[in-house]
Amino acid sequence: MLFRKGSINKLNQAGLGLRFGAIAGLLFLHIPLLLIILYAFTTEDKTYQFPPPGYTLKWFEIVLNRQDIWNAVSLSMQIAIISTFLAIILGTLAAGALYKTSFFGKSSITILIILPIALPGIITGISLRSTFGVLGIPFSTWTIIIGHATFCMVVVYNNVVARLRRTSPNLIQASMDLGANNLQTFFYVILPNMGTAILAGGMLAFALSFDEVIVTTFTAGQQTTLPIWMFSELIRPRQRPITNVVAIFIMFITFIPIVFASYMASKTSGSEGSIK
Amino acid sequence: MNNLLDSFSNFSYRNKNFIFLSFLILPLLWLGIVYLGSLLIFLGHSFFHLDGFTGQIVYEFSFKTLIELFSSPANIDILIRTVALAACVTIGSAIIGFPIAYYMAKFTSPKVKIFLFIAIMLPLWSSYLVRVYSWKLILAKEGIINWFFEKLNLEWLLDTILSTPVIGGPSLSISYIGMFLVFTYIWLPFMILPIQASLERVPNSLINASHDLGANKRQTFYKIILPLALPGIIAGSIFTFSLTLGDYIIPYIIGTSKFFIGQAVYTHQGTAGNIPLAAAFSLVPIVVMVVYIYIAKRMGAFNAL
Repeated sequence: MLFRKGSINKLNQAGLGLRFGAIAGLLFLHIPLLLIILYAFTTEDKTYQFPPPGYTLKWFEIVLNRQDIWNAVSLSMQIAIISTFLAIILGTLAAGALYKTSFFGKSSITILIILPIALPGIITGISLRSTFGVLGIPFSTWTIIIGHATFCMVVVYNNVVARLRRTSPNLIQASMDLGANNLQTFFYVILPNMGTAILAGGMLAFALSFDEVIVTTFTAGQQTTLPIWMFSELIRPRQRPITNVVAIFIMFITFIPIVFASYMASKTSGSEGSIK
Repeated sequence: MNNLLDSFSNFSYRNKNFIFLSFLILPLLWLGIVYLGSLLIFLGHSFFHLDGFTGQIVYEFSFKTLIELFSSPANIDILIRTVALAACVTIGSAIIGFPIAYYMAKFTSPKVKIFLFIAIMLPLWSSYLVRVYSWKLILAKEGIINWFFEKLNLEWLLDTILSTPVIGGPSLSISYIGMFLVFTYIWLPFMILPIQASLERVPNSLINASHDLGANKRQTFYKIILPLALPGIIAGSIFTFSLTLGDYIIPYIIGTSKFFIGQAVYTHQGTAGNIPLAAAFSLVPIVVMVVYIYIAKRMGAFNAL
């Protein structure tokens, strides 16, 4: 008994080197994000001086009154909402069709769904751009949405497929046995089971779309989404303090759906055990 | 009406293929036409070539563009540079990521594990551009790294690093070290999560047995833990490697004026209007990744995902 205890303790104790390595790695992941927040309050507006010479809130006020930034925010919001909506429909349908079936060519279709996110964004972007060009479709908000929906689909698909795999197929059978028709089974049995997974996938799709810059660069005409505004500031910094504030804003807008999505994913994984 | 719905329900329940097809048709049409169609048309351009005099694309099947890609030393340089950087980033993130993954998998309580999990997911999902931007602040001449070295009176060390040929440069934000740091930072979570998943599956009894049989910590690590974590490392490397191969934003914002594959694609399709060459360049990361994934699959990387 004593021996066992000793050996487990030895096992459960991380060595000093390992702890140091893990903490250093975590700091590496998080210090840059903290610095962004710090820099939004700096009084210095010409350089990226560290430590900041003084602190001020005035940049937040300036950003609040900048119409061009607000236009970019609202355009990004619109695009993210519509693409998420499309991605939810397409991703859920694909998940429903593919999770239990096996047929010739299934793996090719699965790869096809993953491809838009697996291939570099620049390839997806240029491909769509040249097709729009050939077909004579003018670049607009809708061309951006088509691009976004294509790569957002996979996030919804992944979430819903994972949930479907964990849900018992007997539930659907039982519902049909008890006399429910398709629509009833869908609304009373499938949807309550899938709801949070679809919502979680949708949240991630929203965050993905709101933040996307590469595919957007190629599918946008004159439209300036928030990431495109940010990207042009990164190449030629003209308004450093304002960029800092916008960076915080983007961080929090993507942060909220992510936390919400992981909360929903964790909340429902517990109750599934009881269904089984 | 209800009857009709019921019989439809019965019909569709018995005919699974009907449901299956009606579900699949919409996403399949979207991906097949909008996405795959565009992709094949674009990549197919690599078999056309640009007329040297008129600057127009000649729509004739030939290997001229592919030969041009692999015969010009400048293009070969771009390919080698990109693959080398991707390899360095992969190794770097494996080294930085392993301790976190190991700690998470084997030495934490469930509560701490969830906390760490969120701590790793958060940067992964938060804005890519903002995270690249943060490194612009960090690597700047007046930024935190230079400040840190100054406070420790180690400016000479930084200067020595920067004056090293190849990896150095006039400042951190215009050097390969800077690019390496940013790439590693951006893709690190993709490496940590698969390693953690594969370590999670190493049974504690195996580690106990190793200790019982007289192996010390070091031997246990190298003979038991590391080989079992290898599929996870390879799975993570698929992400870090392919994401680095195709990125053009980071080399654009941070780094030297020397081109990487992504930038080459960007310039050739944009200002130069040479879509065939852009398509040929795009084929390289795709082919490299197909081969890479094939090897990874044979080494069992996909069981670790």
